[in-house]
Amino acid sequence: MNRVIIECDRLGVELDGMKVLDNLSLSVYEGDFLGIVGPNGGGKTTLLRVILGLQKPTSGTVTVFGKSPGQAAERIGYVPQRLFFDREFPISVLDIVLMGRLSGKKLLQRYDRKDRMKALEAIELVGLSKLKDRRIGALSGGELQRALIARALAGAPELLLLDEPTASVDPEMKTTIYDLLEKLMQQLTIILVTHDTGMISSHVTRIACLNCSLDMHQAGSTLGRKTMDDLYHYPVDLVVHNEPSQQTPQPQ
Amino acid sequence: MTMMPDLLAYEFIRNAFLAALLSSVACGIIGTYVVVKKIGYISGGIAHTAFGGIGLGYYLGVNPLLGVIPFSLAAALAIGLLSKKAGIAEDTAIGAFWAAGMAIGVIFIGLTPGYAPNLFSYLFGNILTVPAADLWLILLLDLLIISVVWLFSKEFLAISFDEEYARVSGLKTTLLDLLLLCLIALTVVIMVRVVGIVMVIALLTLPAAVARSFSRTLQGMMALAVLLSLSFSVVGLWLSYLLDVASGATIILVASVVFLTLNLATVLVRSKGR
Repeated sequence: MNRVIIECDRLGVELDGMKVLDNLSLSVYEGDFLGIVGPNGGGKTTLLRVILGLQKPTSGTVTVFGKSPGQAAERIGYVPQRLFFDREFPISVLDIVLMGRLSGKKLLQRYDRKDRMKALEAIELVGLSKLKDRRIGALSGGELQRALIARALAGAPELLLLDEPTASVDPEMKTTIYDLLEKLMQQLTIILVTHDTGMISSHVTRIACLNCSLDMHQAGSTLGRKTMDDLYHYPVDLVVHNEPSQQTPQPQ
Repeated sequence: MTMMPDLLAYEFIRNAFLAALLSSVACGIIGTYVVVKKIGYISGGIAHTAFGGIGLGYYLGVNPLLGVIPFSLAAALAIGLLSKKAGIAEDTAIGAFWAAGMAIGVIFIGLTPGYAPNLFSYLFGNILTVPAADLWLILLLDLLIISVVWLFSKEFLAISFDEEYARVSGLKTTLLDLLLLCLIALTVVIMVRVVGIVMVIALLTLPAAVARSFSRTLQGMMALAVLLSLSFSVVGLWLSYLLDVASGATIILVASVVFLTLNLATVLVRSKGR
């Protein structure tokens, strides 16, 4: 069996007194391409934030590469939601991608030739070489998305986390991004948070449906047929489809 | 501008130009961070809190700028920590310090026997009366600001563009944020002499905001903001001489007119394009 990369054990998170994640157990193995779907407020982004060490769990434990979250920054690439960026910021694609090298650098240490080389390689991989000096404001949504993926790849991570990479991107660009991810899954473990339920099932190795909100009813009806009962009874459910050979905790 | 050479014969005019140059360096560099991080209001809070330091300086009978340094640094750290760590809404923390600092200043000045000379120039600036000793202080602070920004350029870019990513990458973002706020505090100290506490916020934001539209990189934006800030100061100084009006206020008005004209023009061009 493949090595365990992420292990969540009865994980719970409360934000401002609201349960966002409850009693969630999940193992992610090396080589997985895990799609996480679920409604808004279902805790998808929160789960990523816990894995990244940005959010402390209220209960339960999480280990990432056998360490507590936030201790393995160099091995993780993160692609946050594109819509939060300030398009007026004077920064070029190359400068954004260089930030992907931050976790391997010490304080006050400057980017060197190797950093630049790695950044340019990542830019080439996502097909943005011609636009490397372009300012962020002059990029299309899909181009910015690929720049953010390049940033995550520049640090040569073993685990790639993506938060809604295909939100408001045109269909053609969506296909490009999925093709890219398909290529990347040969070398990386990938976790993809998305609304794109139709598209991901043909690409990922496993799908998890995550919902901790009170309107899980809708989520149940669109996502899991057999799991409706579970979704009604438990605030958080993790449903695994298309599971290949690996063992994964099932919701009770 | 034919009378410029004649004017330069006067020492106080030469000092005014030096003050404009030295303050523009700090203003353009730090103003760039203020604009891209959208922390103009924090900067305003730090500047106004610093009035307490001016009052203290008067009361103790020392150079008021020496009172401004601890007050603005303390304000920067306190506002930063309160809003980051104590869960107090940032604008509430800023408002509290803003007003409290002004109040402390007023009380100290009230306690100081006699009339407080030059008080007006600390509130609204007077670039024509910057003493040589203060120019040295400003130069020192400039050098400090430039070195810290040079050393931390990669980190400051990261926390400005994407703070969350910087944190994920293992940067101590809270400490870096506080360091940047301290640099803003030192810039305030520099600007007090030139445009005064009340108007610092304008020179910290307007040149950088204009520069942003024409820059592809953060360094480019800083360089352009320094040049713009210097131009606004020199043109403002010259106009204030011609019209015999207050220099600090004229500098601010020049900056505001350029900023507003540019934005108005952009809006007009965009609406025509549609």
